[in-house]
Amino acid sequence: MSGRSLFEKVWDDHVVVPETADTPAVFYIDLHIIHEVTTPQAFNMLRANGLKVRRPDLVLATMDHSTPTVPVPDLGAGLDAVSDPEPAAQIRQMIKNCEEFGIELHGFGSAQRGIVHVIGPEIGATQPGKTIVCGDSHSSTHGAFGAMGFGIGTSEVGHVLATQCLLQRKPKSMAVNITGKLQPGVAAKDIILALIGKIGVDGGTGHVIEYRGETIRDLDMEQRMTICNMTIEAGARAGMIAPDEKTIEFLRGRPQAPTGAEWDAAVERWLALASDPDASFDKEVDLDVSELEPQVTYGTNPGMVVPISQAIPSDHGDISYAKAIRYMQVEPDKPMLGTKVDVVFVGSCTNSRISDLRAVAGILKDRRVADSVRMLIVPGSQAVKDKAEAEGLHEVFIAAGAEWREAGCSMCLGMNSDKLGKGELCVSTSNRNFEGRQGPGGRTVLASPETAAASAVAGVIADPRDLLH
Amino acid sequence: MEKLHTLTSATTVLAIADVDTDQIIPARYLTTTTREGIGKALFADWRYDKQGNVIEDFPLNQPGAKQRKILVAGRNFGCGSSREHAPWALIDFGIRAVISSQIADIFRNNSLKNGLVPVVVDKDVHQWLLDNPGAEVTVDVVATELRLPNGTTVQFPIDRFARHCLLEGVDQTGFLMQNLDEITQFEANRPWQP
Ligand code: SF4
Repeated sequence: MSGRSLFEKVWDDHVVVPETADTPAVFYIDLHIIHEVTTPQAFNMLRANGLKVRRPDLVLATMDHSTPTVPVPDLGAGLDAVSDPEPAAQIRQMIKNCEEFGIELHGFGSAQRGIVHVIGPEIGATQPGKTIVCGDSHSSTHGAFGAMGFGIGTSEVGHVLATQCLLQRKPKSMAVNITGKLQPGVAAKDIILALIGKIGVDGGTGHVIEYRGETIRDLDMEQRMTICNMTIEAGARAGMIAPDEKTIEFLRGRPQAPTGAEWDAAVERWLALASDPDASFDKEVDLDVSELEPQVTYGTNPGMVVPISQAIPSDHGDISYAKAIRYMQVEPDKPMLGTKVDVVFVGSCTNSRISDLRAVAGILKDRRVADSVRMLIVPGSQAVKDKAEAEGLHEVFIAAGAEWREAGCSMCLGMNSDKLGKGELCVSTSNRNFEGRQGPGGRTVLASPETAAASAVAGVIADPRDLLH
Repeated sequence: MEKLHTLTSATTVLAIADVDTDQIIPARYLTTTTREGIGKALFADWRYDKQGNVIEDFPLNQPGAKQRKILVAGRNFGCGSSREHAPWALIDFGIRAVISSQIADIFRNNSLKNGLVPVVVDKDVHQWLLDNPGAEVTVDVVATELRLPNGTTVQFPIDRFARHCLLEGVDQTGFLMQNLDEITQFEANRPWQP
């Protein structure tokens, strides 16, 4: 018998009732993260059926998607003054649902509020070997810790609330081997964008990816989260990285991490999760990043990506390509470099952590955001905000002319007050450049925090390698 | 969930590849706390211009589209966000099956929980369907067959449990609840606690 992969070990550990040809497995969930947008109908289902939340202690609740990124003075008129009525109603409904079902909510005023995928790791709730779900597709982020994180729909949110389980078929597995040392100015974001460009936005469909190789070992935990976060943009179910010393050091002392003898036992268990040397995968992909350049997208999905110095592909008569090019108002066979920028957004669960903000501050220090550019810097959580302010990063941002906001999803998706105007072009550190994702008619160019900051200074899409201090 | 055995309808064709759930229903319509009337927001930014006028040549706006229950879409339909609002909006509009050469995982899962049938076909059949908008086809969940008016019949893959749920209208929460004893036992016996 061949050995088991990281994914298979975590899978096997959570099967309550094995799958058969007729029925999927009953699969146990260790951590359920919930937010205001994809849960109201699930709570309604519980109410309609007279059901309780089975394990409120395994639910981590916050508000991030539709929340304003300016201070909310109070939940009454104060909220109405800074939010549209529908998101405000959704926020109030979330508070009511959590109260009614006995769930602790990290709401406004909580030092632990933030984007679902930022706070899980931050408070140490995300741990190796756990199964973690959320009604949000970027739940793949938690895989950076050797957890199995995946996005679910609202019906499934209801299933987990009621039973702490899901009905699941075992996905296939895929190894992505990444080798080579990154050049200065090239980031984890560039690795994952290049990978999606290589395998396509459906290249991972039906699979759980394990990222392996020397490059991955060299990355810190925040960079690993950026990679796992965008796994869903390749269509994969989840992306995982084997726990190692970096994982353990990151978690040590976090509020929800185990302590004492339990910590020692957990560490031993976590380190044993790595794939066995003879584990096999259904599919393997290799990527050498030693020559990798910063990457930028030119189209309307994350797979439409090019190295920053290179021309975007030629038009070969494909209607989806033509639609994307028309929408983005870019020209075939020309590079994105030098394209005029209206807005720069630094934030989202992909790149809103302290190391991302430090990278941006490194470029903005003693420089100015171009007059024609509006730059928004939105920390991923209240804790990231506090830390950035303790380090004085916010002063660098404000001095450069950027806006420094409260934590939230912000302009990653056009459902709160932060939106692009029609036709505006935004260099964004988020994860989706779909049509209208950041506001109707808005045009999104995905890039690393470094490229975003360099573009903010230049007023056009710019190569961060030219600005390295 | 409503039972579904067979479905015969003319198709609406949306030939674009990689249609993501942000297009199926843009984020600003996700502020609802119910599912009522959500079909109005289906493909909102493709169906209406900025002033809210109907864009006549968009396939779902063409005469008869409201009566058609089957959508033929380009490759990799439903990628992106996990929002279940996407299948809710399609169903509320009247669509009960989506045919493509590839359908994204989370969207497929969400669809099956709501009685929207995802039908994956090979490239040739897909191309025929793209080339023949309005063709009257039958999606037969009992026989797991897609029948085309040109006489072609093809099998489509569907998980046996998902098929059973469609045919019987099974509520999956109820199904899971039948396993509560096993779940309790699992929680008690695991070597570590989350
Ligand atoms: S930041 Fe964007 S991708 Fe991440 S959870 Fe929020 S909306 Fe989703």
